Amino acid sequence: MNTATVVPIEHVLVLAAVLFTLGLTGVLVRRNFLFLLISLEIMMNACGLAFVAGGARWAQADGQIMYMLILTLAAAEVAVGLGLVLQLERRFGNLDIDAANELNG
Amino acid sequence: MEVTLFYIAAAVALATTALVITRTNAAHALIYLIVSLLSIAVIFYLLGAPFAAALEVVIYAGAIMVLFLFVVMMLNLGRGSVEQERGWLHPRMWIGPGLLTLVLFLEMVFMIAGNPLATSGVPVTPKIVGQTLFGPYLLAVELASMLLLAALIGSFHLGRRYMHARREMTE
Repeated sequence: MNTATVVPIEHVLVLAAVLFTLGLTGVLVRRNFLFLLISLEIMMNACGLAFVAGGARWAQADGQIMYMLILTLAAAEVAVGLGLVLQLERRFGNLDIDAANELNG
Repeated sequence: MEVTLFYIAAAVALATTALVITRTNAAHALIYLIVSLLSIAVIFYLLGAPFAAALEVVIYAGAIMVLFLFVVMMLNLGRGSVEQERGWLHPRMWIGPGLLTLVLFLEMVFMIAGNPLATSGVPVTPKIVGQTLFGPYLLAVELASMLLLAALIGSFHLGRRYMHARREMTE
């Protein structure tokens, strides 16, 4: 493989960092619980991209295994998070996360 | 050439992710997020990780996003959503994601034709990934299964109470 045509690892990591920052911005600026979960997905996906890029750079399988563990974590988080979305909608009638600041018991 | 493909897919990913966090309608945001995940899958393939690319499409863009869409549609039930549905079918709703997906599709056609690989030049095949996963990382697999079991019980608990209340409401 001609090394001159290879994507620099820095560019992939910069892309992952920008995607992570976009997800973090979403978590900070949105107050809809559904959009909060979507932004968390973006952040975890960016982490996975960084892992896969690292694994591809050194031709090791560890990066993809870390990506699969992140995928598992994302699936678990979404299952519980969407259950909480349904509860929030039932109790408050909307998905505004500020409405849940006095949730007790 | 694969460098150019990487930058096109990266631009699509960044544009769609920026659109996701600025949408007000959850369904539109989810469609853009699916396009973003597909572009990340293209990048995975370019990086020589075909198994991760397949997982990204099947589990992330397939299963997890469908879960999100199910909840969005459940919450929209009984709110006179006929006009809303009609609005979703308006061309300005789907022409943006459609065109960006077309870019990814053209990239995929090009890759299948030329079959380029990027980064270290040595693709990490699914065989190596599987051997490593069930070799040194066996404990991590067990821990992941415990995490999924906990998530299953937690989501069942939360969702069961929701369905019970909904049944009472309709009776």
